[in-house]
Amino acid sequence: MVSASRAATVPEIALDGVTKRYRNAAVAVEGITLTVERGEFVTFLGPSGCGKSTLLKLVSGLSPVSEGTVRVNGMKPEDAREMIGFIFQDATLLPWRTVEQNVGLGMELEHTARPDRKERVAKMLDLVSLSQVAKRYPRQLSGGMKMRVSIARALASRPRVLLMDEPFAALDEMTRDRLNEELLRLYTDQKWTVLFVTHSVAEAVFLSTRIVILAAHPGRVAHEIKVNLPWPRTAETRESKAFEEQITQASRLLRGVYQP
Amino acid sequence: MKKRWLALNSVIVFACLMAIWSRVVTFAHLPVFILPGPRAVAEALRDRFPSLLSSLWITTGEAAGGLAASIVVGIAIAMIFAQWRWLRQLVFPYTILLQTVPIVAIAPLIINWVGPGIFAVTIVTFIICLAPIIANTTQGLISVDENLIHLFLMYMATPAQILFKLRLPHALPNLFTGIRISAGISVIGALTGELFAGSTRVGEGGLGYAIIYANNQMETAYLFALVFAATVLGFSFFFIVMFLEWLALHNWHESSRPHTAE
Repeated sequence: MVSASRAATVPEIALDGVTKRYRNAAVAVEGITLTVERGEFVTFLGPSGCGKSTLLKLVSGLSPVSEGTVRVNGMKPEDAREMIGFIFQDATLLPWRTVEQNVGLGMELEHTARPDRKERVAKMLDLVSLSQVAKRYPRQLSGGMKMRVSIARALASRPRVLLMDEPFAALDEMTRDRLNEELLRLYTDQKWTVLFVTHSVAEAVFLSTRIVILAAHPGRVAHEIKVNLPWPRTAETRESKAFEEQITQASRLLRGVYQP
Repeated sequence: MKKRWLALNSVIVFACLMAIWSRVVTFAHLPVFILPGPRAVAEALRDRFPSLLSSLWITTGEAAGGLAASIVVGIAIAMIFAQWRWLRQLVFPYTILLQTVPIVAIAPLIINWVGPGIFAVTIVTFIICLAPIIANTTQGLISVDENLIHLFLMYMATPAQILFKLRLPHALPNLFTGIRISAGISVIGALTGELFAGSTRVGEGGLGYAIIYANNQMETAYLFALVFAATVLGFSFFFIVMFLEWLALHNWHESSRPHTAE
């Protein structure tokens, strides 16, 4: 009863007056207040040093806040880890494990029974169309494939919240576009809440329901843009007039942040 | 085709070296106790093969035992260093002492403590092998990418899981570097130990003891045969470790990747 009513009212992610200071007194982010409802796809855009990645570290509890509070589904980040999937900029695969062993890592650490694990790994690999390379080692894969393995690994533990830190930054544009489309297909299917960090305005517009533009030194929220592009978004979306207009708008705001 | 040429070449080089050696001995009229010719060495090898083999066997046991012990203890110490940073900073410098301590100086000391014989030699070997294992393994254990640690933390991994499923496999290439270095010096360690503590019975002991004995008896040809055996032993250790390294790493590690660039 209680949890049901909570789920209806408690935002999926809530940052309230969050400040992060490092030991050398440098301020990464200051006074960030942000609420993300369940099912939103929120992208952080901003210059280097605006604390985009720091925000993800705070929401995941990998780094403690200096001031303010972070809540994920009403819980402290450390207690909410079970529902959070973190996808890093590099694929962070374990080179000594095969693709399927990498995807099964989380379930292995959580002591999931072997048959369940196998079944789920197969399903995840199928989801990112990598079943045929299940027995390969990461070094035998291309950058795009590695990233898909990384995504499959994150999805295997059924996250409700996905934190993605420039996951496609190292890929060529065509691969990145394709993976963006794949990601949205999975997102509409699985209904996660996503926090996504990128440097690419086009990527941000294509993926998000909302874009948060951050300013640097110290990192703070400068603008918020609602992205009003129709769903489902596909390769054709990129050729639409609305897409271009959104990019223009976001770029203009972003330029203002880059030149104070 | 290329490979066959290479094999043929090395046979020719070997034959030439033997011929030169043989000629030098003959023409300079060197007595056999100063420099025996290749034939004399081969004969010594043949005639005294059983005693050479028993010496070789003893030294192999000491070197392998000391090396194995250093691997087990070295990994354990490295794991402790990896878990507790303050302990590492406190104690790690002393492992360098272990490396710089002159083994010839402490070998007699160890014999004083445990008595002469195989056990003392194994301890000498263990000491000389330990430092490279500790240093390399520790390096591997602590140089794990921070994001990988974060990944494990997101899965709520226990410290033991991080150690055994992340740090240890990550350190495997470093561990093998350490073992390769130690395998080479383990034979030297055993020989050095034997020079001091070779045997409790006259005429029986490892290669190091037999070398001293042969030298004292002016059996120079046999001494050459013993040196040859010690060299082969060191070589085999090295190749066995290389093979194990290949077995453990060839699937995934860059170092064992075929050189496609050539």
